Amino acid sequence: MAEQVSSVAPISSDRARKVRRLIGRGRRFLSLDAKVAFGGLIILIGLALAIFAPLISPADPLEQDLMSATLPPIGFAGADPAHLLGTDDLGRDVLARLLYGGRVAFTVAFVAAGLAGLIGTVLGLVAGWYGRLADTIVSRLIDIWMAFPPVLLSILLVAVFGSGLHSVIAAIVIIDWTRFARVVRAETMAQAALDYVTAARAIGFPRLHVLLNEIVPNLWPVIVALLSLEAGIAVIVEAILSFVGLSVSSDTPTWGGMIASGRQILHQGWWVLAAPLAVLFVTVLAFNLFGEGMRRTLDPVMRR
Amino acid sequence: MIVSVINRLVVAAITLVGVGAIVFVLLRVVPGDPIAMMISPGASPADIAALRARYGLDADLATQFWMWLKALLSGDFGMSISLRRGVLSLLAERLPATLELAFAALALAVALGLFLAVLGTLARRTVCEPLIDALNGLALAVPDFVWALALVLAFGVFVPVLPLSGRINPSIDEGFVTHFYLIESLLRLKLTAFADVASHMAMPVIALGLPLAAVIVRLLKEALKEAMVQDYVLLARLKGMSELRLILQEALRNAIGPTLALTGVQFTFLIGGTVIVERIFSYPGIGNMAVDAVINRDLPLIQGLVLMFGLIFILVNLAVDALAAFFNPRLRHG
Repeated sequence: MAEQVSSVAPISSDRARKVRRLIGRGRRFLSLDAKVAFGGLIILIGLALAIFAPLISPADPLEQDLMSATLPPIGFAGADPAHLLGTDDLGRDVLARLLYGGRVAFTVAFVAAGLAGLIGTVLGLVAGWYGRLADTIVSRLIDIWMAFPPVLLSILLVAVFGSGLHSVIAAIVIIDWTRFARVVRAETMAQAALDYVTAARAIGFPRLHVLLNEIVPNLWPVIVALLSLEAGIAVIVEAILSFVGLSVSSDTPTWGGMIASGRQILHQGWWVLAAPLAVLFVTVLAFNLFGEGMRRTLDPVMRR
Repeated sequence: MIVSVINRLVVAAITLVGVGAIVFVLLRVVPGDPIAMMISPGASPADIAALRARYGLDADLATQFWMWLKALLSGDFGMSISLRRGVLSLLAERLPATLELAFAALALAVALGLFLAVLGTLARRTVCEPLIDALNGLALAVPDFVWALALVLAFGVFVPVLPLSGRINPSIDEGFVTHFYLIESLLRLKLTAFADVASHMAMPVIALGLPLAAVIVRLLKEALKEAMVQDYVLLARLKGMSELRLILQEALRNAIGPTLALTGVQFTFLIGGTVIVERIFSYPGIGNMAVDAVINRDLPLIQGLVLMFGLIFILVNLAVDALAAFFNPRLRHG
């Protein structure tokens, strides 16, 4: 037995090493993926709740009932079991408004982040890869953009476009394309200095081919991470604009609008502020976790 | 050195003019007539025309821009339509409130960030480190808007110890000469007034400062950890220096550069954040005024405010560059 073991030992240790490496890889993948999984799960749940709001909502989010105004959430004295999270000063169900408010939040998050990502990435690639005049123009644009306080600019833009969902999205895209452009430009330049790009150019691939097939695949981790972070920012900006009263019209429930009315009746019904604030917090945190985790999982350098 | 300074100043000037042009163009395409919002419904067309002429809204765009630029350069920022007062004097009145808020928040962020980064470095490789990192990650994700409202709930409702709105209790009349209430009350040793102003500022300052503190902790802690394994730290450790002294005397000096540069950039975000935080706390600064100006479509006031914010941002960026050069001699000759 002992001989046998010693004779197969090299192979088994080789196999063991392989197995160990596999386990290690799997464990690394799982542990790094915890953020992605957790963040992604919350985003999916939130998305499902928003999409199916009409089916699962316990009440009409717009229905006023002054007889049951400012009822506290379940578990507090005077609560009504029909209103799980209580009602606001007009007797509207807080939970129902949260669910419907999620529709606005997630629409803005995905559409605005997607568009800002698209525009910013294209401009960043052009500036970083073709350089010269294109780079000068894009860089100068970014400088001017950076001189604006984002919150002020978003309020300004929405004032120009008029309030509404489209204006909010347009404002976010116009402001935040620079986040993508700046990072993508710098990353493209860093990649362009690497040997594999020189090699691809030396083989004789056209510039555009090198950009799209050699460089862009290496930028995906950064772009995906930025997209997720941007979605979180978009949710906040929408909340801020509807808090100020410059987002969708006031008869559409939004988290920011709920926060604004909660701020006004703070001492009569703190839950009208607390509930949307908590949801906002969890949503933004989920997008952040997902983005952070995604960058680490997809980035071969950080994976090591 | 001189060339790079001039270069930066020119870029700053171009940026400011660019900001001005964008603001001007944007505001001229605003739907909604500002004059229509300030007249009573029964006004005659002649009255409306007279008002248009008074605010210079009857000329064509190019002429308006030229008039506007000339006026700006001579220090005339126009009249606020909604408040019927000179824009410049309004700004001069409100800006100190915002500056006090922003710099107090910066001070809080730097102090807290420095303290926690050093603490985190001391606690590295212990069970405390992942805890600090996790809390730090959490704090990084939370924007000032959410902090502000969470503070409103915590210290305005559940433990009502801090005032929820305003800058100073109206019953306190100290006959302030300047609009820097916090600084002036301290210098004149009016301690009740100082305490009152400080308590009004507490929540907005914390809300603005915490996100920046989180950024500082993240960056500085990484840099300190890297510095702590360098040879010069090892040498100092062999000499018998305590861990805390190692960090403060040896590592910090070498690690602080990049953090400093980024703190400057983040400070401009903090100033941008004053808009919404001032709104939440009804704090009478330029941010709160900006929101009102937009809601009232007060073009001259919006213009002045945006230019003011643009100027502050550019000045902060210049200051950051100067500080970076001061702390890193290599940049001075680069």
